[in-house]
Amino acid sequence: MKQRNEIILENEVKLTKLAKCSGCGAKVGAGVLAQLLEGLPVHRDENLLVGFDRSDDASVYKISPEMALVQTVDFFPPIADEPYIYGAIAAANALSDVYAMGGEPKLALNVMAVPEDMPRETVHEILRGGYEKVYEAGAMITGGHSILDPEPKYGLAVTGFVHPDKVLTNSGALPGDVLLLTKPIGIGVLVAAMKGGLLEDAVRDRAYSTMMTLNKAARNCMVKYRVHACTDVTGFGVLGHLLEMAQGSGVEIHLSLSGIRFIPEAVEFARMGLLPEGMYRNRAFAEESVDLGETPLEYQDLLFDPQTSGGLCISVDAEDADALLGELQNAVPAAQRIGLVCAYQGGKRVLLAD
Amino acid sequence: MVDTRGYSCPTPVIMVQQELKKTAPSTLDVLADNRAAVENVTRFARNQGYAVSVTPDGADFRLKLSKP
Repeated sequence: MKQRNEIILENEVKLTKLAKCSGCGAKVGAGVLAQLLEGLPVHRDENLLVGFDRSDDASVYKISPEMALVQTVDFFPPIADEPYIYGAIAAANALSDVYAMGGEPKLALNVMAVPEDMPRETVHEILRGGYEKVYEAGAMITGGHSILDPEPKYGLAVTGFVHPDKVLTNSGALPGDVLLLTKPIGIGVLVAAMKGGLLEDAVRDRAYSTMMTLNKAARNCMVKYRVHACTDVTGFGVLGHLLEMAQGSGVEIHLSLSGIRFIPEAVEFARMGLLPEGMYRNRAFAEESVDLGETPLEYQDLLFDPQTSGGLCISVDAEDADALLGELQNAVPAAQRIGLVCAYQGGKRVLLAD
Repeated sequence: MVDTRGYSCPTPVIMVQQELKKTAPSTLDVLADNRAAVENVTRFARNQGYAVSVTPDGADFRLKLSKP
């Protein structure tokens, strides 16, 4: 008998066919987002530690000297045809923003849009994927909101907690820090290939497993060390998110191409031009602030590739880097050292070299 | 001629790939209606040893693929 999570109902329209963009590829580009938010009132509050005046992963509000609230929301159209897996990936991706702030998720609310004719069992499987992933995170889903929409969407609004002195933003990186990344790169390209029916089942399953992996273990390792900044690598791609980190921290970032783990099949598909539209949006936004050096085109493209439920990018004190990397590699085998943080020299913010 | 207008990525690349596989032409014209399709088809064709030139065609783009 088939596992329940392998059910794709007969005579059902494939979930990903209902989605114009898949996963974090559907995210509004960083440049467009800044324009959309421009001019909206930003209110101050002494307890608001991280708000929407900064391009961070979640907002953080201090409720006592020992406790701050972390809040975030994330949702997207189907990234998998299997409803359970889609739900689990969307949940892992939404929970990740809390981990990226150094926090622990506690409560979550479903955010859902469903076509009127979607079978009840499909909706149920999406939600079950979300519930089980949230439970694995040590949190729980306590409600939600759903609307009718021809294009399905699913995700979570997540609330968590963090000690107010231990909030990790993307703007605290210091010159001398080492940059670590906890998942391999190339998920957006694999999703594009999957939509084109070109992905072998084994590769697809590995991609699912990468996206379904919570950043919980990585977060639990990093909070024991002197980490100065953190962000999760999602819709803006490695270079988009690192550009935000470099600008926010007033530093420049030197990436070492040989240290970055690319999914081998993704490199091949990138060469074939199977690139999601989000890659081009990310490139248009970040390219002028990045020195791509002699990086071959396919690797450039992968560094701009939108990642769904990507890993944590951690800026750690150089003295702690080896110890943290060692501990990370036991918990999340793909953990890698990708670069260094340096004092800003006035030129490009992110520089690539071999 | 391959008309990829109306299709979103990755379909345009796959349409061009199938045409190249089927007929292995020395030249091929491709119509596309978005930048991502233009860029993706260009990357694919160059990788297959074609030279590519792109010209605007109204609101669309015409790509000329040719083997040197």
